[in-house]
Amino acid sequence: MSQSTRHHPKGRRRLSRLVNIGVPYFWLGLFFLLPFMIVLQISVAETALAQPPYTALWEWVADGLLQIQINLQNFMLIWEDDIYLAAFLNSLWVALICTLLCLLLGYPMAYAIATAAQRRRMLLLMLIVLPFWTSFLIRVYAWIGILNSNGLLNSFLLWLGIIDAPLQILHTQTAVYIGVVYSYLPFMILPLYANLTRLDPALLEAASDLGCRPLRAFFKVTLPLSKPGIIAGSMLVFIPVVGEFVIPDLLGGPSSLMVGKLLWTEFFSNQDWPLASALAIVLLAVLVVPFVLMQRLQQNMDEAAS
Amino acid sequence: MKRRAWPLIGILAFGYAFLYVPILLLILYSFNESRLVTVWSGFSFKWYGALLHNHQLLDAAWLSIRIAATNATVAMVMGTLAANALVRHGRFRGRTGFELLLTAPLVMPDVIIGLSLLLLFVAMQQLIGWPTGRGFTTITIAHVTFSMAYVAVVVRSRLGQMDASLEEAAMDLGARPLGVYMRITLPLIAPALLSGWLLAFTLSLDDLVIASFVSGPGATTLPMVVYSSVRMGVSPQINALATLIVAVVALAVVIAGISLGRKPGR
Repeated sequence: MSQSTRHHPKGRRRLSRLVNIGVPYFWLGLFFLLPFMIVLQISVAETALAQPPYTALWEWVADGLLQIQINLQNFMLIWEDDIYLAAFLNSLWVALICTLLCLLLGYPMAYAIATAAQRRRMLLLMLIVLPFWTSFLIRVYAWIGILNSNGLLNSFLLWLGIIDAPLQILHTQTAVYIGVVYSYLPFMILPLYANLTRLDPALLEAASDLGCRPLRAFFKVTLPLSKPGIIAGSMLVFIPVVGEFVIPDLLGGPSSLMVGKLLWTEFFSNQDWPLASALAIVLLAVLVVPFVLMQRLQQNMDEAAS
Repeated sequence: MKRRAWPLIGILAFGYAFLYVPILLLILYSFNESRLVTVWSGFSFKWYGALLHNHQLLDAAWLSIRIAATNATVAMVMGTLAANALVRHGRFRGRTGFELLLTAPLVMPDVIIGLSLLLLFVAMQQLIGWPTGRGFTTITIAHVTFSMAYVAVVVRSRLGQMDASLEEAAMDLGARPLGVYMRITLPLIAPALLSGWLLAFTLSLDDLVIASFVSGPGATTLPMVVYSSVRMGVSPQINALATLIVAVVALAVVIAGISLGRKPGR
């Protein structure tokens, strides 16, 4: 038995390599990477009344004559028409504001959980993750009933006498902020918590022994050391929110146009596949910078851990 | 220290209230006789009754569950293979690209994944005649593509923390690598596999955007039905559905808590 395995360790290792690396690589290459090439190709096609509704990139016009047609009009339209530029800027703005709000609420929460008694920590963390297991769509829907002009929040405020007439919150940008912070808060808290529990308490003790007050010690020691957690959490919120569709669609209004919703409309309502593809390409280009930043950080952390 | 903690506890309480009040309100109003959110006209199970007779919704739920289970199983295998590759095969050629491809779906906006996969399926159908239609298969493939990354994250951290001495002992005793993996490694990482499976299942059950792109006529998933009825405004049947989902999740958590609590040495 032992002899036979020692005879071919290389061969077995090669097989294990092939399966473990090859199979997921092939899947992701085929179903994740290749599709982007096709999106790129179709973004330079023209809309056509055909099935599928776009023109081919290349065509054999005659024997040995290949005609390649690249149509940059979609990108020019995105650049020139204010609505697209406004949607991109607004998406980035919403993502930025919501990342900051998540950080503002999530950091103290993660800190409180990380410094809680050991036996309570798991329960507190569990309560953060739990809403994630119930439907995202339904949790966003819950806010419709709350923010509606005859909804629970308005009724409550009217009953308290704080306002005289119902506030218009639903279908405004404010509703989008609320919905995004509500949905993405756990994504901010989890990496922050993971980072904060790894901090060495001896550092804070040392600061305290040297006469540093707790609040000052927090700003001088804890906060700088939790930078990787802050960046990781912020990226997990920022990047997907830029392309968010469900929240702006259900809670937002005409003033809160976001690129994810625009792409959806171009694709489903206007049947303009090339323009939707061009929007996807631009969105991808916008997200590459924060994504590479996140990836770099992840690798640094992995190297530090190993 | 104690006194300083009060503002922190206040923020924590606010955060939890923010996360849970909307869900609790949904549950509460699922038992409301009236259609309106603002009027409480008496306790009633009538929306649950309506839900049970809503065939469109039930069919969609069954399709979603089948897709979610298939997706979770395939994603569990793929994610575990990917985690093996990252933890066991060190610095192989193309590792950076591999990690990039694996992490990108975690943050990639759904609209991009959905659109790009649809265009791939259309192109493939033109070129090789497969997939012939869009529905169960295409939705499952799309879901595996993004949920395997989540499984890989969970399994990877478990594999990384694992005590290597048991595997080494088995190797020294002459077990073959595959045998060691099956009989030692897999049982040790089983909790991670289970949580990865459940995570992939939930992600699939929850997805509206990607499924909308890669689905075809005749294949309507639960989130699509929920979405179209929610667009019309508040619907008490959806409240009843939400309550059922919360009940199932809570039950699963209680069962998981009990079975973990019973384990010796914990």
